[in-house]
Amino acid sequence: MRQGFWFQTGLVIAAMIAVLLGGIALPARAQDLMPPAPYAYKQLDDPAQEAKAHALMQSLRCLKCQSQSIADSDAPMAGDMRHQVRTRIAAGEDPEAIRAWLIQRYGDWVSYKPRLDTATWPLFAGPLLLMLSVGAVLFRRLRARGKTVTGAKP
Amino acid sequence: MRRNLLIWGPFALFGLIFVLFMGGLFAPADRDIDSHMIGQPLPQFQLQAAVADRPALASSDFATGKPRLLNIFASWCTPCIAEAPYLQQLADRGVDIYGVAIRDRPQDVAGFLARNGNPYARIGADGLSEVQLGIGSSGVPETFVIDGKGHIRYQHIGEIRAADVPMLITKLQEAQVP
Repeated sequence: MRQGFWFQTGLVIAAMIAVLLGGIALPARAQDLMPPAPYAYKQLDDPAQEAKAHALMQSLRCLKCQSQSIADSDAPMAGDMRHQVRTRIAAGEDPEAIRAWLIQRYGDWVSYKPRLDTATWPLFAGPLLLMLSVGAVLFRRLRARGKTVTGAKP
Repeated sequence: MRRNLLIWGPFALFGLIFVLFMGGLFAPADRDIDSHMIGQPLPQFQLQAAVADRPALASSDFATGKPRLLNIFASWCTPCIAEAPYLQQLADRGVDIYGVAIRDRPQDVAGFLARNGNPYARIGADGLSEVQLGIGSSGVPETFVIDGKGHIRYQHIGEIRAADVPMLITKLQEAQVP
């Protein structure tokens, strides 16, 4: 009777462990079995080139994980993009040309560095206009106050 | 009187921003990234064969006068299993389907085709996602309609479902007209 209880308890615990392990193992199935691209995690030998590549990789958006840069992401596709960036820079390509190449394929979306164009100009002009209008209001009020103060003097 | 109306200005602004934010919060998330390569020629590429029993794939294989499908897939991609029967339906209706296997080992591709069928006329192995990046694709599976001149005409993001089969046939017919 008591043995039966322990047997059942053991069975329940084993089942719980199996469910937990199953839950952990499942997402791993959606990963590929290929090793990372050669330059996904390997820096370029030339420190100046690597610095250029890294600066660019930090301002390119990962297509899979969407809120990380490709420098921050461990998604295999981000690794392939880092490989692409590093090999092109090693071949002497300009970082902005690589950015333009990606924007041509994925749109402005892929770049974290906003461009100034017909759609984005309010972003740049907005703060400037706000500062100017605040300055104008401040100027008028200060001048008005100066007048009343001098006017109030006997 | 004018001042009384003006006092509602900040409240109206708050209401406007509130509606804007709520709209953004409750609108269904759209995480698809459209390729901007529609209308552009396929970038030059030459891939090695992904499996022994299908020829390799190069960009020049598309510019032969007949519209075709370029299917981005992988053995490790679950939705690719779901679209396999519909790709087979398209192949049965005479559509040439050229596959690009993303980050895949030959034995894994072979196993995937053995389990889910092989609708592909050619399969190239894209181990570094180079072709995928070149055509502006951001996930698996994706399917592109390529016209007979080798120009990208249409992009379908995600798996092909039953309703997409006639749609893709129509897109292929449209691609036939120059």
